[in-house]
Amino acid sequence: MTALDVAPVQADVAGWTVVCRLSDLAPERGAAALLADGDQVALFRLVDDRVFAVQQHDPFSDAYVISRGIVGSRRIDDIDVPTVASPMYKQVFALQTGRCLDVAGKVPARGLLPDLSVWPVRVRDGLVEVAR
Amino acid sequence: MTQHLVVVGGGMVAQRLVEALRDRDVAGTWRITVLAEEPRRPYDRVALTSYFSGRDADDLALGDPALWDDPLVTLVRDDAVVTLDRTAKTVTTKRGRTERYDHLVMATGSSAWVPPLEGADLPGVFVYRTVDDVAELRGYVEKLSQDRVVKGAVLGGGLLGLEAAGALQALGAKTTVLQVGTHLMSAQVDLGGGEALRRLINQLGVGVRLNAMTTKIRPHRRGGVGRLELADGGRLDADVVVIAAGVRPRDELGRAADLSIGERGGIVVDDTCLTSDADISAVGEVACIQGACIGLVAPGYAMAEITADRLLGGSSTFPGADTATKLKLSGVDVASFGDAFATTPGALEIVWADPVGGVYKKLVMSDDARTLLGGVLVGDASAYASLRPMLGRELPGDPAAFLLPEGGGGAPELELPDDAGVCSCNNVSAGTIRGAVTEHACTDLGAVKACTKAGTSCGSCLPLVKKLMTTELTKQGVTVSSALCEHFSLSRAQLYDAIRVSGVSSFTAVIERFGTGRGCDICRPTVASILATTSPAHVLEGERAALQDTNDHVMANLQKDGSYSVVPRIPGGEVTPEGLIAIGSVAKEFGLYTKITGGQRIDLFGARIDQLPVIWGRLVDAGFESGHAYGKSLRTVKSCVGSTWCRFGVQDSVALAVMLELRYRGLRSPHKIKLGVSGCARECAEARGKDVGVIATDKGWNVYVGGNGGFTPRHAQLLAEDLSTEDLVRTIDRFLLYYVRTADRLQRTAPWIDEVEGGLDGVRSVVLEDSLGICADLDAQMDAHVDEYEDEWRATLEDPEKLRRFASFVNAPETPDPSLAYVPERGQSRPATLDEREAALRGEPVLVAGTTLEVRS
Repeated sequence: MTALDVAPVQADVAGWTVVCRLSDLAPERGAAALLADGDQVALFRLVDDRVFAVQQHDPFSDAYVISRGIVGSRRIDDIDVPTVASPMYKQVFALQTGRCLDVAGKVPARGLLPDLSVWPVRVRDGLVEVAR
Repeated sequence: MTQHLVVVGGGMVAQRLVEALRDRDVAGTWRITVLAEEPRRPYDRVALTSYFSGRDADDLALGDPALWDDPLVTLVRDDAVVTLDRTAKTVTTKRGRTERYDHLVMATGSSAWVPPLEGADLPGVFVYRTVDDVAELRGYVEKLSQDRVVKGAVLGGGLLGLEAAGALQALGAKTTVLQVGTHLMSAQVDLGGGEALRRLINQLGVGVRLNAMTTKIRPHRRGGVGRLELADGGRLDADVVVIAAGVRPRDELGRAADLSIGERGGIVVDDTCLTSDADISAVGEVACIQGACIGLVAPGYAMAEITADRLLGGSSTFPGADTATKLKLSGVDVASFGDAFATTPGALEIVWADPVGGVYKKLVMSDDARTLLGGVLVGDASAYASLRPMLGRELPGDPAAFLLPEGGGGAPELELPDDAGVCSCNNVSAGTIRGAVTEHACTDLGAVKACTKAGTSCGSCLPLVKKLMTTELTKQGVTVSSALCEHFSLSRAQLYDAIRVSGVSSFTAVIERFGTGRGCDICRPTVASILATTSPAHVLEGERAALQDTNDHVMANLQKDGSYSVVPRIPGGEVTPEGLIAIGSVAKEFGLYTKITGGQRIDLFGARIDQLPVIWGRLVDAGFESGHAYGKSLRTVKSCVGSTWCRFGVQDSVALAVMLELRYRGLRSPHKIKLGVSGCARECAEARGKDVGVIATDKGWNVYVGGNGGFTPRHAQLLAEDLSTEDLVRTIDRFLLYYVRTADRLQRTAPWIDEVEGGLDGVRSVVLEDSLGICADLDAQMDAHVDEYEDEWRATLEDPEKLRRFASFVNAPETPDPSLAYVPERGQSRPATLDEREAALRGEPVLVAGTTLEVRS
């Protein structure tokens, strides 16, 4: 395994936390990361090396699985919006905004919101950083 | 007060009457007793011939069997009515049962007519009317075939005679049809059509003798029938004779009870189906309506509907018989409808004949050549479904355009009026089918069939039903395009061909060439599946990994809490004690819930993503490999124990199952594929519930295709009989790859066979006769699959790059997902419910733990 030596607890003054190397993320495939406060985020790297972070928790199945969904795009107003589909019941979410684009005929569990929370992400010196 | 309806006879029309009455009699004003002579429930007599092509008697069942569980319906089987007492209003059966009726319906049908012919009572002379007739005929021919080529003769060249000839031929008998008249199917087809038909029948290997009047049936020295003598002095050797010389109405009860009887038999009824006794109706073939008895099911159904309506106070009347017919004989397409003989004054006949291709088509038009009056189609009856509902209506454009071969004439699109009948068996109009889409939200053929019953009897109208449905859906703005998703306008089958022919092997190349955007959860796994058979590579190889659904990506089955289940392959369900112990010890060590699957293997639940490589390391060391339980691919080949142990087994089903499972393991397909192998006809492996089912015979293997369980259970249908193991394997190879190439995404084999070009017959001609010329290609593709197979779990364990994908967290690869929680149940663990988790958080005494929960029983 190739986890960074950086412990997942240190955040700099601006609130950025290093979570992994960009090279740890396979293009168009998610990975889960555990933040210091116990939050689980799902990281996605696109073919153009942009990285997005959304909540790992799937509001529709109440399981922590979003990182295992299939990445794709959906044409909205002539723009290809990057998406992920939940591996459980196939709801589609926009990666940039966390917006649920397709509820696939289901309602979220326990009265949760259908949209995913998002985290700011940046890549510096080949390292992926997430802020709260 | 509830009244009592007694129905004499338990055939198709009786079934329809009961169904229609129970459907509409919501208040339950009628209690119904059906007295049937045959020992079984009403069955589809029209489809009797298919009983030869492997369907069993159960497959001929009609309608919803729950009808007979209705408390208001009593079906008495194997008990014929022998007397009718109109004064006491009672009927009495052979077994002495007496039923008093408020209303009586005679639905006794017809019997096969046997001409007074010397030798007609010899063993080996059969009629063709009931399942028992057909079963006896089959048994007789099969017995004789053991030591010679059986010669069959069919007396009668009508609809039924030709079907009987086809059936005899299918049983391997060398068959000749003897027709008294000048041409075949003379009641439906004119001389020109009869001649084209004769050539088609000859091409099947069936001989035809015209103007051939049989005078005597002679016994053979060994017993049974031996020879026919003809009026012209000719002779014909025959080991089995089927008499299909016509039917006679079963009107004997009516005669004895002094009901009015028609000149040529049949109980006379008026247009409301009432007999000369107002408390008695007659329906179906026994009824002499508008001066004639009609030996077709559609008018019988119409009479059943009228009677049901009248019993509930309605006022419907018989509109006149729809005598359209279609021959149900594989390889011979014949249809006749309306005024096929142009008897209408001034009628014009438009004929198109292609003697080389064996095609004869005729339309009968009104004197202004605009209104369609009837037609005969021989050799190519594809226009039947759309033309028949246009009877009595104006055809748009030049009528000749409808006769030209497809693509040659450009016949105008027919827009059927709402009241045009589409399914004559079930009396469903075009409007009803449109309504199924517009009012009942049906979006596929299966739903429309279930909703309207259209196409559920003989099925000849299905192409038209599908067309109407598609047109209606399109009008509603529902996309019925076969486009895979927003990224590909091609259907899966088209995309498969495009990828195969172009040879592209990466998703990026595929989507740049044939699609748009970056794909989605629909097209990505589809492309992955296609590439798996066009350019085989490991599921996690390079870009392929980004196409896989999570199940294929981690090679395990995602469960509701985000954990996975693991299924090692156990080919044919055969496992050693050491293997069982190895699986057991893995399950014990990792605290996995274990359950035996329906496919004769073992499922281990509750594995975390980060545990999968460790678990598989242990399983691979113990000699196991991926079971592909997660893939749209071959799952299992289920088997019975077979001839090695079983007292009844005739072939080694386990050895074959193991061989087939190892051959097709890892084959990616549009949906999961299951196989089964039974070692004898007792069918303990339930092979006919599988996509491919193999059943041993004493001569080899029978192979059935298109079975499945699930939401719409289907029995597999016979594809080929008595194959050697080598031929069997080639047949399955081709069947599977033809399916892989042409099915829709997530379409299992049963609906695929329904929709693929030519249906089951089409599949048979592609796979067994190479009608598309692709078999060499399919064979090479399967050989490549077998050569290139590798266990994808072993390959993953050998590659550290691939193993990185199994980290629970990219920044804490060995920290388990803290959200997982389990509770003990029946000695194992299961995911905690929401209530249990919340109770544990409140500090209540609920045992909730992570995946390493120790279970003590």
